[in-house]
Amino acid sequence: MLIWQILIDGFAVSALYALGATGFTLIFGVSGVLNLSHGALMVAAVVAAWVAGGEWGVSSHLGAIFGVLVGFVMSLLTYFAVVRPLQQSSKIREEEKEIFILTATLLWGIMISELIAYLYTNNAKTVLPIVEGVVMLAGVRTPANEVFTSVICWLVIGLLWLLVNRTRAGKAVLAASMNPRGVTLLGVELSWIYVGVWAVYGMLVGIAGVLLGMFLGVSSYSVGPLTASAFSIVVLGGLGSVSGSLIAAYVVGYLETMTAYLVSPAYRTIPALLLLVIVMYVRPRGLLGRR
Amino acid sequence: MTPTRSLASRILLSRTVWIGLSVVLLASTLPLYVSGYILGLLTMAYYFGVFSMAWDLLFGFAGEVNFGPSFLIGLGAYTAGILDNLYQPSIWLCLFGGAFASVAGGVVLALPALRVRGPYFGLTTLVAVLILQNFVIVAAGLTGGEIGLTVPDVISVDAGVNYWIALGFMAASGAVLYALSRSPVGLILQASGQDAVQAGALGFNVTKHKLAAFVISAFFSGLAGALLVFYLGAASVGTFVDVTVGVQVIIAAVLGGRRTILGAALGAVFLIAAGEALRPLGDLSTFIVSAMALVVVLLFPSGLLGLLTRARETT
Repeated sequence: MLIWQILIDGFAVSALYALGATGFTLIFGVSGVLNLSHGALMVAAVVAAWVAGGEWGVSSHLGAIFGVLVGFVMSLLTYFAVVRPLQQSSKIREEEKEIFILTATLLWGIMISELIAYLYTNNAKTVLPIVEGVVMLAGVRTPANEVFTSVICWLVIGLLWLLVNRTRAGKAVLAASMNPRGVTLLGVELSWIYVGVWAVYGMLVGIAGVLLGMFLGVSSYSVGPLTASAFSIVVLGGLGSVSGSLIAAYVVGYLETMTAYLVSPAYRTIPALLLLVIVMYVRPRGLLGRR
Repeated sequence: MTPTRSLASRILLSRTVWIGLSVVLLASTLPLYVSGYILGLLTMAYYFGVFSMAWDLLFGFAGEVNFGPSFLIGLGAYTAGILDNLYQPSIWLCLFGGAFASVAGGVVLALPALRVRGPYFGLTTLVAVLILQNFVIVAAGLTGGEIGLTVPDVISVDAGVNYWIALGFMAASGAVLYALSRSPVGLILQASGQDAVQAGALGFNVTKHKLAAFVISAFFSGLAGALLVFYLGAASVGTFVDVTVGVQVIIAAVLGGRRTILGAALGAVFLIAAGEALRPLGDLSTFIVSAMALVVVLLFPSGLLGLLTRARETT
């Protein structure tokens, strides 16, 4: 009984982590940017869906779509207002740009979360789920929303895989992550690839955010932990490796669920953090990292 | 002429030193004509200045992004507080214990730094903060958990005395860190931060220098954290360990100007003053302060002090 409960709950949580981390690792793999405003973008998408559903009274479908849209717009805004100016700046030396982008996206994330706290308070916000009711899975009463979350997450991840591996645009993105200069020599506009990747990232963040809002609910306090969990999953899996992030998402998701059920919810995050530290000491490039 | 003597004479002749010295002298007269409330604010700001200066030594010079300055600060603060709570030795011993714990923590934190670089290292430091935070909450019997830890002793109850201690401590730390950054050791650190391979090829022991930078940074962070505990009379996760505290330290250093040491102190005073001036705006104040910091990062990457010095050079 408990085993099935852990397996089912852990699967849904892990699927959500996987979706969140995929976008994060995509951005890093292609443009070398670690976006520390990741959690803030997710929370922005949730709050948008919450406002649409609660204050404007639209249906939960429309609210979810609006949330994803806000995630998309915020992602492009992050790229054009914060990341791109730094990448193209002539005042900053090339080897220091990474550090500047880290600091700037961190500040940007704080700005977003503070603005949300100011406009809509710090209270936790839950988005009405699209699918309601309960289903029985292997003798465990499971909210239908949990099944819906897992299905959507894997559907989106599958679509992303098709997009990257089976379309021309996707192959250009893949090539850009391997050798940016080579791609430009083939006549592909590199800046359009970056814009495209940030657009895809925005969709992923929006979807992951809205699903999280339906599943667990968020507040502006979740910004830091959300970024940290995406960051640690991606590092655990190996920076830039999508399959590594998927595996790592499941390791972390199940580790947390098991701790919450078997030990105490208060210790939920500790084993995953310790595992991360051990991996950093023993195998710094992560489980499937190339570098 | 030996290098140390030339260093000493260079420091004595430098304009920055005289400007810094006069600012400190001027600031030390403040208790004579300023309210206790402002003194209290400045006392906090000075301790924050030390945190930021210690961080700048690691980031600006050794080139290591330490996202966990609050790991070192919290370690120093809580060790000193717990020591005082359990055994009540003299405050000096508590301060020493705090600084020592922080140095030990710094060495542990530095071990992966010698193996991994860039974002990986940044993450390790972030995780260290989260682990410490979890530990403080879980070991509530020892640390007071989420409620916080009260310390039976304080250094002084007089606002002026506390202010002078903070100012003196900041001035002394600033002098040591600044001298270090201008010394040959500082140059080697800077070289290792920018290109570790080349610095190694020139015959410098990069590992040893980075480890030293960690130990020094941890010493000042921990000591400042311990002193702050005895000023506030209490320690809590929110004031010492939380990631947002570390972010404030980082913002102060970047705002003031990286690789300047003294700019970090300037940034901390500015940050606390701005936060206080904007307090009527409530939650929006943090938004505005972060927005200002972002603008500085985007448009003036060399920070406030960099802006001032460049203006002086061009005229």
